[in-house]
Amino acid sequence: MPSAQDIRRRIRSVKNIQQITKAMKMVAAARLRRAQEKAAASKPYTEKIRQILASVAAHTTDQAHPLLEVREVKRTVYVVLSSDKGLAGAYSSNIIKEVLPRIAGNDQVGLVTVGRKARDYFKRRGYTVDAEYTGFSEKPAYDHAWAIARDLSERFQSGDCDEIYLVYTQFFSAINLQPITIKLLPLSTETTEQVNTDYIFEPSADEVLGLLLPKYLETTIFGALMQAAASELGARMTAMESATDNAEELISKLILNYNKVRQATITREISEIVGGAEALK
Amino acid sequence: MARKIQLDIVSPERLVFSTAVNMVIARTTAGDIGVLPGHTPLIAGLQIWPLRLLTDEGEQQISVCGGFIDVQPEKVTVLAACAELPEEIDVARAEAAKSRAEARIKGSKESRENVDLARAEAALKRALLRLQIAHRHKH
Repeated sequence: MPSAQDIRRRIRSVKNIQQITKAMKMVAAARLRRAQEKAAASKPYTEKIRQILASVAAHTTDQAHPLLEVREVKRTVYVVLSSDKGLAGAYSSNIIKEVLPRIAGNDQVGLVTVGRKARDYFKRRGYTVDAEYTGFSEKPAYDHAWAIARDLSERFQSGDCDEIYLVYTQFFSAINLQPITIKLLPLSTETTEQVNTDYIFEPSADEVLGLLLPKYLETTIFGALMQAAASELGARMTAMESATDNAEELISKLILNYNKVRQATITREISEIVGGAEALK
Repeated sequence: MARKIQLDIVSPERLVFSTAVNMVIARTTAGDIGVLPGHTPLIAGLQIWPLRLLTDEGEQQISVCGGFIDVQPEKVTVLAACAELPEEIDVARAEAAKSRAEARIKGSKESRENVDLARAEAALKRALLRLQIAHRHKH
């Protein structure tokens, strides 16, 4: 049986932990709101570029852009968007679980990791990581998407890989996060969107397409980065909320225990005093 | 009053500008175009160049670094990787970017790395564009 003092110490330490988890939850909640606002702010751009791409693609005859080239698949690269920090529940392990079955036992794969968690995981297990990006998983900017897109299209065009998949977590709500895999390259211009007007293209549809595709790739990556950031924050918020609840529960159990011990000590002391007084008679 | 055309400038981060204007003048990869209300649908790539727009109050310039212009009879949408109104331009940052880009161009001309040269040139163009517009705004 631990002494009353031990329990008291324990209660104090759990309370401290609870304060930290509570603060982390609040921070995650505030940042999540901001991340969602940012995702909403980028919507018009994303939608417009998709719309333009659809109309351009409908007007081009030969789609001979290098980013559209479908080749026989020899080597596949997976881009994994994970977090830099832990304490986000199963966020990072879920995303890794999504990737693992695809790469296990296959040496013709490459990995590009975003965030420290995925990088550390794959490096520790002896996978080769072709490229790594860290330090912005919570607050991605368009520049990051731009740098990743540039690197990936270079890899694709140089023939280093013939297919690139993007693995990230889609944010539906703070408790509904879904890891998904999408094909990034070669790009597909097939869309279900309605193309209405007859456009003039300046200088030509093919040339506009050539300018547009890299932008489209960047936008797709940027969108995924923002989804991943929102998911990370959402996962952290939920994880920290349940940690706070658990701490609360633990504290109430410990307090109950502490009172029992205290009472037992008092009872014992009284009976000792009574016993002593009795013996003196 | 003249007929107006709705101009929206969107960047990946936000909606930068949205107003009805009289005319939009943009420099596309194939040359300058002027867009008046009722223009035929058109899609073009843009150069790193000020986007000029004429309103009832006069002319205004907005820094737009590349991107696309999508013209509909009633509406013009400019998609740009970055776009700033004159008053939002950070002059100090643009100055720093300018000297950085110049140094890089000098460095890569010696080592003949074309990829970085193209990037540095684009960065220099953007910086100069921002400075030009910020400068114009002050006067």
